[in-house]
Amino acid sequence: MVLLLQYTLIFSSVLILVALGGCYSEHSGVINLGLEGIMVIGALGGALAMKYLPSTTGAFWIVVISILAAIVFGVLYSALLAVACVNFNADQTLIGTALNLLATAAAAVIVKSINVMENPDNVSTTIQYVEEKKAFVVSWGSFEFNWFMLITIVLLIFAYIVLYKTRFGLRLQACGENPQAADSVGINVYKMRWAGVLISGLLGGIGGLVYITAGVSEWKFETGVAGFGFLALAVMIFGQWKPQRIAWAALLFGLFRALSNVYSGFDFLVALHIPGTVYNMFPYIISLVVLAFTSKNSHAPKAEGIPYDKGSR
Amino acid sequence: MNEAKPSFWKRDGVQSIIAALLCILIGLIIGYIVMLFINPAHAWEGLLTILENFFTFGSPAAQLKYFGSTLVKTAPLLLCALSIQFCYKVGLFNIGAAGQYVAGAGMCLYAALAWQLPWYLCLLLALVAGTVMGLLVGVLKAYCNVNEVISGIMLNWIGLYAVNMLLTQVKEVASPYTLVISSVNPSALLPTLGLDALFSKNQYVTIAIPLSILIAVLIWFIQRKTVLGYELQATGFNKDAAKYCGMKEKRNIILTLSIGGALAGVGAAFLYLTGFEQWSCTQSSVPAMGFNGIAATFLGGLDPFGTIFASYFIQHITSGGAFLDKAFFPSQITDLITSIIIYLCGFVLFFKMQMAKHHAAKRKPPKEPKPTVSDSVQSAKGSEA
Amino acid sequence: MDEPYAVEMLNITKRFPAIVANDNISLHVRKGEIHALLGENGAGKSTLMSVLFGLYQPEEGRIRKDGRDVVIRDPNDANALGIGMVHQHFKLVQCFTVLDNIILGMETTRNGILQKKDSREKILELSKRYGLNVDPDALIEDCTVGMQQRTEILKMLYRDNEILIFDEPTAVLTPQEIEELMQIMRNLANEGKSILFISHKLAEIMSVADRCTVLRRGKCVGTVNIKDTTKEELSRMMVGRDVQLVIPKQEQEPGDVLLDVRNVSVASRIHQTTNAVKDVSFQVRKGEIVCIAGIDGNGQTELVYGLTGLEPLRHGSISLCGKDISNASIRDRSVGGMSHIPEDRQRYGLVLDYPLEYNLVLQRYFEPEFSTKGGLLRRSAIRSYANRLIEQYDVRSGQGAATLTRSMSGGNQQKAIVARELDKNPQVLIAVQPTRGLDVGAIEYIHKQLISQRNAGHGVLLVSLELEEVLSVPDRILVMFDGRIVAELDPAKTSAEELGLYMAGGKNKEGIA
Repeated sequence: MVLLLQYTLIFSSVLILVALGGCYSEHSGVINLGLEGIMVIGALGGALAMKYLPSTTGAFWIVVISILAAIVFGVLYSALLAVACVNFNADQTLIGTALNLLATAAAAVIVKSINVMENPDNVSTTIQYVEEKKAFVVSWGSFEFNWFMLITIVLLIFAYIVLYKTRFGLRLQACGENPQAADSVGINVYKMRWAGVLISGLLGGIGGLVYITAGVSEWKFETGVAGFGFLALAVMIFGQWKPQRIAWAALLFGLFRALSNVYSGFDFLVALHIPGTVYNMFPYIISLVVLAFTSKNSHAPKAEGIPYDKGSR
Repeated sequence: MNEAKPSFWKRDGVQSIIAALLCILIGLIIGYIVMLFINPAHAWEGLLTILENFFTFGSPAAQLKYFGSTLVKTAPLLLCALSIQFCYKVGLFNIGAAGQYVAGAGMCLYAALAWQLPWYLCLLLALVAGTVMGLLVGVLKAYCNVNEVISGIMLNWIGLYAVNMLLTQVKEVASPYTLVISSVNPSALLPTLGLDALFSKNQYVTIAIPLSILIAVLIWFIQRKTVLGYELQATGFNKDAAKYCGMKEKRNIILTLSIGGALAGVGAAFLYLTGFEQWSCTQSSVPAMGFNGIAATFLGGLDPFGTIFASYFIQHITSGGAFLDKAFFPSQITDLITSIIIYLCGFVLFFKMQMAKHHAAKRKPPKEPKPTVSDSVQSAKGSEA
Repeated sequence: MDEPYAVEMLNITKRFPAIVANDNISLHVRKGEIHALLGENGAGKSTLMSVLFGLYQPEEGRIRKDGRDVVIRDPNDANALGIGMVHQHFKLVQCFTVLDNIILGMETTRNGILQKKDSREKILELSKRYGLNVDPDALIEDCTVGMQQRTEILKMLYRDNEILIFDEPTAVLTPQEIEELMQIMRNLANEGKSILFISHKLAEIMSVADRCTVLRRGKCVGTVNIKDTTKEELSRMMVGRDVQLVIPKQEQEPGDVLLDVRNVSVASRIHQTTNAVKDVSFQVRKGEIVCIAGIDGNGQTELVYGLTGLEPLRHGSISLCGKDISNASIRDRSVGGMSHIPEDRQRYGLVLDYPLEYNLVLQRYFEPEFSTKGGLLRRSAIRSYANRLIEQYDVRSGQGAATLTRSMSGGNQQKAIVARELDKNPQVLIAVQPTRGLDVGAIEYIHKQLISQRNAGHGVLLVSLELEEVLSVPDRILVMFDGRIVAELDPAKTSAEELGLYMAGGKNKEGIA
């Protein structure tokens, strides 16, 4: 039971972080379907940091540096989306998809090259971080508290304040709702959209790092993050683009994702004799069902997905 | 069209080809740079290996045989690309093609191995399976307003897990791979009609290859010449106008995605019913075929004929990547190049739009100004109407 | 004159790829005056104001403010110089409050957190001083058009703008709201603000402006003092010829009922739970034009959606030529004799990325004339049909039937729709704001077409927001307010003031058929 709670919280954290990323981006008017890819690259950044940090590094610095690495990787990678979609009016769906594919391929190439360099017989795409991972975790009895849970709560509250209480949030939302109106009062729509996308890169990057440290101590980069970026988008839609609702939606999805890790610990679930694969399918099925019921009257930002062209007022 | 053709360089088709070649070139250059980083000594050699593909072999017979193998895998890729192209023309991004492909693969293999059905029934069942997956996305889109990309991705994973479960029942005891069709049920193999003889007895070269090209022509025909194509394209350009003039836009969305699903499903059958590959029941990622289809679609300029060539090219370098020396380079290099090409295709639409705008402004006679630049440009001439 | 002009635009020339929108235009605005800018659609008024507001850069000419040369590169520059603009299409964020919309771009913050208290006081003070009644905490999407416009005005005042540009501000208002706006404009001028008032409505200009500059086809015709001029003179300056504003039509006794609408209710598009059309009944007979008049947003759009099948009916029934069509599909209604010129021609009426010929058969492509039993298009039949319509209805385009519809002018796009809908030879024609955004010549043309439909014994249902059109074209007027028909009027016996009162819901006539 404790295990279930622990996994639910950690997977929810991932979903909240990434969904908040999508939230910033969409409120600025850009649909970020590349979050999946951003997660992979952020995870790569964090994993590489953990791999190359000297083993004598203190726990605190491991946490800080690997998060920073994930952020830098995520932000830089999301810039690829921003430049294409904000400045070149590219199809946001196409670019997002390209970034997802590119991320997995690039991560696999990079990790494999590193592995081969170290040991010509190792052609895997796996990075291990058994020791370093422990830095993120504090054991409270049988419950493993993860610093990321705290970070997530802080970023969640922060997002609420930024979006609803600050000048930046007001302007960001204006760009997603009516960019012409924002432009007419002197707000630089391109800049705000860049900001929205880069913040989504930041959060997506952290989210990726959390995902690969949740429960495992190594990651095989050729598998990517198995649609988790898209689950986060479903959470965002279910949460109607509002931080507080996203948190609840993420808990629900997180629970179903956690079940696939820990169902064997529940006697009554084991007694049902449902193959493990079915548990793997759960989060995706739930999200389809939830989307079917919540997409009809969505409160999506009105101008999302529409490239802003200063010329056509 | 009986109007004077614009000059050669300004034709839409020509511009598409130039843009596609540019994407390929830049994609390859970036790929080469990456290879230089990984292994400078063998980078050029590696790039050549990718581009040469079957030419790596010395003997013409071997070349022909491996050319055949590239074609075997081009057929399913082409169908996935057509699936995406067909939907994109109606304004739908069928990223679910990958899952529809998976469903088709699962169904045709199960029909062949468990039910011992002949190839045409297996093919039909693959088509049905793909259609059902596409239909689901379409219904969710039309009636529940669910973004087709997100539902498509979800169904990709659901499909993958479901097919893994299904095919576990017909897998070899000692390996995660499905049973070999030629030993269990040869009647499920697609007929070769003697085509194999043309490719140095490559028994995997079947009617799938000519059929896939025929289907591309059929798609072109539907889009250009039929009432269905007219309706679907109108729905893609302007959903509201389509509704206004009495087209059933919900039906059209569902129909489009169902056809897209059917194409991807058949694509899977075109590969797995040749016996060229076995399904691994433990695979943890969705096969790349559906995603590579996106590259082929956009590289092909969203045109069914262009897609044929683009599919071949993508498959050519993907197969070429398999010949890379694993000690020097990871095989994912070709995935990297492919995805860079997709990314660049995003800029192509912008680039072409700019060129079109530029030419339109130049070509237009002064009495027909641009209507979009506010009322001030609605010309004096127009007001005499 | 001792005091320099508040704003001067000298010899402004602005060219677009295909046209000279402003050709050597000069404009002088005094401090504290209301200066009208008059011209037809396409005369170059909006372009000139966009240049002043920094949205466009002119090729030639300069701008002076208070006697000093200034360069205005973008709206920020204009703002810094105290130039503000109320755009024709409001630049408001629908899901924000009035307050948030006003402060957007000018926010005060402390430690990064928005401080709205002072802003709220300033807004309340301004609205009191100029008689602008708004609720700062209302969401824009819940506000009336009038309150949205007052929000736009407050946006300018909040920024302490001195030069206020109003771009066609009365187009969306009721007569009463227009009168209020005129009073607000006078108040503003009295407080020393200079106002540029863009309009093509002569009566308003005569009533509120001090001076008027007239543009025609991108050129400046002249500037006159309103005191020294007449409506007729202004009209001649604007059009350059005498225009037949009212098309004469023969008296004609209406015949059988063609369209019978009984107790119809339709859901609102914005708030699904409420009805936008409430228990509406009326008839359209052979040989008459019935006009649904009303201010935008009183259920006209939903009524048309219900009639044409774009939205299902909540309640009630409709019959067309004696046949019940309450639940019929859009296609069945169209084939059954209903034509529909939609309100938004680019959203509904046309597939802009199709060639013109494909748009001209949009309602008929499925007929045997244009497609085979096997589902193939008859391209040559479509081409020759399109050529006939283009000829007959004088639709002008660059490359004939093959022209990309997007590249055509608004007037010709509308003519293409009219051609398509009329050539179906409908029993009932539903025309929704068919002249919106068109210039005088095109309006004349479309009115003639409507009347010839009537004369041919068809029924026409015209939905209009333009008072002049409502009073001149139809045989009967039905006024719609808050989803109900509140009056049936005879245009010959109704004054604009009376009509306005009904439209604003201030008056109610019982017992309408």
